[in-house]
Amino acid sequence: MALLEIKELQVEFGSPESALRAVDGVSLNLEKGQTLCLVGESGSGKTVTALSIARLLPEPPARYAGGQILLDGMDVFRLKPKELRRLRGAVVGYVFQEPSASLNPVMRVGNQIKEVLALHRPARANNAEVVRLLQSVGIPAPESRLKDYPFQMSGGMQQRVMMAMALAAEPKLLVADEPTTALDVTIQAQLLELLRDLQQRSGMAILLITHNLGIVSTMADHVAVMYAGQIVESTSAAELLKHPLHPYTKALIASVPRLGGNAEKLVAIPGSVPRLGAFPSGCRFAPRCPIARPECSESVPALLEVEPRHFVRCPFWQS
Amino acid sequence: MNAPLLQVQNLRVHFPVRHGLFTRTREWVKAVDDVSFDIAAGETVGLVGESGCGKTTLGRAIVQLVRPTSGAVMFQGQDLATLNASELRSRRRGFQIIFQDPYASLNPRFTVADIIGEALDIHHLCENSAARRARIHELLESVGLDPAYESRYPHEFSGGQRQRIGIARALAVEPKLLVCDEPVSALDVSVQAQIVNLLADLQQRRGIAYLFIAHDLAVVEHISRRILVMYLGKIVEAAPAKELIRSPRHPYTQALISAVPQMDADSKRTRVILPGDVPSPIHPPSGCPFHPRCPIAQFPRCKVEPPALREITPGHTAACHFA
Repeated sequence: MALLEIKELQVEFGSPESALRAVDGVSLNLEKGQTLCLVGESGSGKTVTALSIARLLPEPPARYAGGQILLDGMDVFRLKPKELRRLRGAVVGYVFQEPSASLNPVMRVGNQIKEVLALHRPARANNAEVVRLLQSVGIPAPESRLKDYPFQMSGGMQQRVMMAMALAAEPKLLVADEPTTALDVTIQAQLLELLRDLQQRSGMAILLITHNLGIVSTMADHVAVMYAGQIVESTSAAELLKHPLHPYTKALIASVPRLGGNAEKLVAIPGSVPRLGAFPSGCRFAPRCPIARPECSESVPALLEVEPRHFVRCPFWQS
Repeated sequence: MNAPLLQVQNLRVHFPVRHGLFTRTREWVKAVDDVSFDIAAGETVGLVGESGCGKTTLGRAIVQLVRPTSGAVMFQGQDLATLNASELRSRRRGFQIIFQDPYASLNPRFTVADIIGEALDIHHLCENSAARRARIHELLESVGLDPAYESRYPHEFSGGQRQRIGIARALAVEPKLLVCDEPVSALDVSVQAQIVNLLADLQQRRGIAYLFIAHDLAVVEHISRRILVMYLGKIVEAAPAKELIRSPRHPYTQALISAVPQMDADSKRTRVILPGDVPSPIHPPSGCPFHPRCPIAQFPRCKVEPPALREITPGHTAACHFA
């Protein structure tokens, strides 16, 4: 059985009469020890999907309007508050984009990590364990950094502290939401290497959210591409990058300049990403799609398995 | 061949850092430290480096938004650093800047016509209001926006459209040089290509030179003829774009290129993962500023002797003893 199973998840914001549906029928599967990349642009619903896994969205304004999330055999939407608190941290850990916004600015980093240990592994809530954790995320001379405040560290170091906190309770799933977007490329390379290394040592699953297709190529086993609240294509990473089938995925891959590439002109996608509440009717990519037909705006196409383990939400993928 | 459009000569921008209220001994952040390069008319020069390397300060010092500590910024043969405020204002017709954040760089209480028209008014470029209006429409069209948008406010636009407004504002005075400071990094991936293509088109039609500052090497390679690599306030390597990416000589450039996650799953490149962070520019390392992170550093030479930027092959310079 998969470690994480999301079935037809629907998340809405606002009152039921005028609800805006940010996530519309998203299904995902993630096995132990695997990495799934959720790719999408701003407003595609990838972060909302990720936060739903531990039910982290404030309700209201958020509302889980439909679907089911099974994490490690538990039905997340049926858990009691106490069970939910145990799930957060012990089963699923989170790392977010902006480490300086996620860490408590007036608390020493050692104590912040110890707080997680006290909640989930009280027997090990001591400095020695904190030092071990800081060491495992590659912080040099961890003994001397225990008493640092977050502002005394660089962005890369802060993100390592975030990872140490997320890993303190030894979760089975790590959700990393754009963990390297705010960092420089050389630091990004260090952290991605670290993530792979930690995964090999602990066997945890990673749900990695990114908009960078290069990161997908270096990290992912499987990929799901999101657009305007829906998954438009999902398959293995190698397959997606070599044989993208959905016109959005194709356009996205073509629009990114490659290092050492010889493209005279980039293939731009016209228009801009639709905003929540202004999603087009029918296929949501149709207004920007190079192969759109009049019938595309009539009804939302289904996500179909068009090749073995390759799902596409476009009836005209062959054209 | 005539003199280059822009010649930056031994440019330095140092900022004071004060520690206490009464401390007299000041320390200095050498944000830009002895930088020299040229830009020819109609050419695009890319400037890459990590955050804190001084690339934005360099861009701002060129357009005199930050006044240089020393050195010269020769624009069409005239040193901008020596001009007073009113002389500078009239010279600004020749060079403009577009900024990274299209949300912060447009006045939220101005309409699009006000934003673009302000530049026309300051330089008295339109004789009457009809000419002004026609010019604004023409500028909006040239950046791919509907002229009917002229009376809208910035909040009504997406990030990509706002960046187009910023470009139209810069183009209003028909500059010869445009400093583009991370113009696409705040935009969605699918929109970045639109702006990059727009900048390339405008260059072809109008012959504008660009200093294109960005941290995304692939975008910089795509748009630039030459690339400069900056580290801790200094240029450590400069070469024609394709050559720099294909055969980088400085170990920092090599690491930077290998750190970029690439899409082709097949290419098994040897990755150089640099240890540590970018050091503080207040106390840069002695000798070669890159030596604490450098995979090929040799001691004591690299720790003691600062390497000069020297020509390795024609048109390709690097500041490394072992390049």
